[in-house]
Amino acid sequence: MTLQQAIEKVNADGGKAFVPYIMAGDGGLETLRDTVLRLQTLGVSAIEVGIPFTDPVADGPTIELAGERALQNGTNLRNVIATLQSFADEVTIPLVAMTYLNPVLAYGPNFAKDAYAAGIRGVIVPDMPYEERGIIHSDLQAAGVALVQLISLTSPAERIAKLAAGSEGFIYAVTVNGITGARADFADHLDAHFAKLKEASSLPVLAGFGISTPEQVQRFGGYSDGVIVGSKIVDSIANNDWGTIEELIQASKQLGVK
Amino acid sequence: MEATEKRGFFGEFGGSQVPADLQKVLDILEEQFYHFKDDEEFNKELNYYFTEYVGRKSPLYFAENLTAKCGGAKIYLKREDLNHTGSHKINNVLGQILLAKRMGAKRVIAETGAGQHGVATATVCAMFGMDCTIYMGAEDTKRQALNVFRMELLGAKVVAVEKGQGRLKEAVDEAFADLVENYDHTFYLLGSAVGPHPFPSMVKHFQAVISKESKEQHLAKEGKLPTAVIACVGGGSNAIGSFADYIEDKEVRLIGVEPDKAASITEGRPGDLHGFRCIVLQDEEGNPLPTYSIAAGLDYPGVGPEHSYLHTIGRAEYVTVSNEEVLEAFQTLSKVEGIIPALESSHAVAHALRLAPTLSTDDSIIVNISGRGDKDVEQVFNMLK
Repeated sequence: MTLQQAIEKVNADGGKAFVPYIMAGDGGLETLRDTVLRLQTLGVSAIEVGIPFTDPVADGPTIELAGERALQNGTNLRNVIATLQSFADEVTIPLVAMTYLNPVLAYGPNFAKDAYAAGIRGVIVPDMPYEERGIIHSDLQAAGVALVQLISLTSPAERIAKLAAGSEGFIYAVTVNGITGARADFADHLDAHFAKLKEASSLPVLAGFGISTPEQVQRFGGYSDGVIVGSKIVDSIANNDWGTIEELIQASKQLGVK
Repeated sequence: MEATEKRGFFGEFGGSQVPADLQKVLDILEEQFYHFKDDEEFNKELNYYFTEYVGRKSPLYFAENLTAKCGGAKIYLKREDLNHTGSHKINNVLGQILLAKRMGAKRVIAETGAGQHGVATATVCAMFGMDCTIYMGAEDTKRQALNVFRMELLGAKVVAVEKGQGRLKEAVDEAFADLVENYDHTFYLLGSAVGPHPFPSMVKHFQAVISKESKEQHLAKEGKLPTAVIACVGGGSNAIGSFADYIEDKEVRLIGVEPDKAASITEGRPGDLHGFRCIVLQDEEGNPLPTYSIAAGLDYPGVGPEHSYLHTIGRAEYVTVSNEEVLEAFQTLSKVEGIIPALESSHAVAHALRLAPTLSTDDSIIVNISGRGDKDVEQVFNMLK
């Protein structure tokens, strides 16, 4: 099943997608299997797997610190992919890798193929703009890995339309200006913004960046086809606080109950 | 070269690989920069401030004592350290703030390593009445505490960036994050010839005044072009400004000097960092590596895209010097010529001390003294004790 199909299936059943972000290697790569399988058991729709990087320009402090811990454990794109491959047969939901461009270039031409074998069905490269996607796009297409576009809701209408039409897997709607991290307030008129995205593309639209409470999960899930929760999940996993994670997932599941 | 430069590429290097949010800001900046860079009124105003406020032209000083000490090529010093605020950084900030003014910005942000660019930015913001925030790595704020106070004195807010190593790289990240969030009223005044297009081309354009002047001055004094031009390279703004007017003069050797513990060009390989392609000091897996220069202004794992290109095509040479050589050069120039150079500039001096004796007395070299060393005196005092 492709990434798009997996999310559409959740929506077709009347539900909203819930995609947690985890930092691979935070707590050691040996914990990655347990984390992925536990989230899968809890019923998440897909998992965004962050790859640590020494220069994470698009990440807020929570994810940056998790990345630093992971780097100290010796985590890198290569051993994350190898680790994911080692238990890929146990994973039934799609994984989406979030990585910066330079590690992908350093990995070399087998990246897309190896990623697919690791269960990765989508890739997000926040420092590679849409116009530069040619750097890795054809390899990803050939391997069957979607290149997901981040779309800022504050972009001009024509840019939103262009990125929405060019995204694959789903549309990652950035709900606040700037970097990842928990925010107390969001811009108004969100319903109109999401409606524009739905007009521009038939892909599912997931809302991300700054969603950290069950109330926000419900609010953004109401406008979109699902939500991505990053910093809050990363924190909760680091603190072994699975109760908070379950509450967030629960909030998303309640959305599906018509 | 102009045609490729317009798109922001130098061979495979440069470009603009940034998130969509930032790209739209850069598109506006690019359009405005190309609109104003050859505008008569704009340049008239820029030249006015260069002359009246900065004190340009900076002298091309014949370092007779240093030349005699080395034996060999004549050594000329391009005295950017004599500019108002004490370094070449003022050239670029003046150009950019005039652009910011025309673009209607109310707030200026900047990153700084050694503090020179921050001081220069705070200075012009004070003069033009702009709200000013400077991002500086926490480690650098300790190394350059006096410059932090200087910026605050000039009315700027200095934000110490605690992330990562707390150096220039982290300061750049924070400044871009601020820009993405506040682009509607904020102008990011980038200090080095790095970052996504149009910054490298814009910084080069405003720093090129160094080589325009030095070429005229050298021709007037020697009746010919210099044998070599030497400048230190961190991000590479003083070096690209020192080289700019000589790039087409193939007989002039262009030499960039890197710290051996932050040797991006000498030890790095092509990569993508901060939204542009350049030669990056990085590990096998593509992670930029930490740097350990004694000169805060050279602590950067990347380097300007045009330097990456000039290195690749062999037009410019890039060499490294050790911290010991730098300290030696710092003291030598102080003792022999009565000029205390910045630790950054001391890298260029260190290589000149090696090169001059190998050349003939008919040769001449220009060493760019990018900044004055007052800011470093305390650090050197502690190191020599």
